[in-house]
Amino acid sequence: MRLADVVQRLELKVLVGSDLLDRKVSGGYAGDLLSDVMANSAAGQLWITIQSHVNIVAVGVLRELAGIILSQDRLPDEATLVRAEQEKVPLIQSSRSTFEVSGLLFKLLNE
Amino acid sequence: MLYPRREFPIKEMDFVRAGEASLQVKKILQEIHADEDLVRRAAIACYEAEINAVVYGRDGVMSLEIDEDGIYIYVEDKGDGILDIELAMMEGFSTATPEIREMGFGAGMGLPNIMKNADEFTISSAVGEGTRLKIIFRTGWKKTEN
Repeated sequence: MRLADVVQRLELKVLVGSDLLDRKVSGGYAGDLLSDVMANSAAGQLWITIQSHVNIVAVGVLRELAGIILSQDRLPDEATLVRAEQEKVPLIQSSRSTFEVSGLLFKLLNE
Repeated sequence: MLYPRREFPIKEMDFVRAGEASLQVKKILQEIHADEDLVRRAAIACYEAEINAVVYGRDGVMSLEIDEDGIYIYVEDKGDGILDIELAMMEGFSTATPEIREMGFGAGMGLPNIMKNADEFTISSAVGEGTRLKIIFRTGWKKTEN
């Protein structure tokens, strides 16, 4: 499924990466501990988290994630937005909780 | 030496740049067409080592060397050193401050994750002497030449 379709179906707001939405989403990973995400996520997954600081971008790049969904209306700081633009990591926002976004994404990808 | 030694500085508490050294190493490994699984494991190990150096290491440096036998990553820092290495290697053990944990670091999985992903891993450290990691990935390239 394309990231653009996920954004549309889950009513997400794209903060960074509106030109990167054609990429494929192969799954998801939810977590707020960076070591855990580094060790257990996989390339092509969308990462759902409440962490909004600049280092989430490094994780996104290193793990080749499809993008990062910040749940609960978490707003990344300026440094994070800039870095995400530089490294071409889509940053997406949802007003839903991690639990809800994960559930909806899981259902969507398994349709 | 297949590839000239490269060094990447690591700056203490610089979370904007934290991960950059690891990314440089990853790009080089992809350039030389290292196995995908090796690149993945190396990225994880480098990241954990780099974050440790950023959080605890004052200033540090990550070095990369490559020969026909393998990929060698050295991370050296000028931090306070580790009091008890065995304890530090235990999953879940962390000396991170509350501020660091709030950022999602300090899960105490860094050193164990390096150990899990590297083919060989040695760590030496002493209080007041900083910390030195040697992380090795065997490529088996030499064998395939024959």
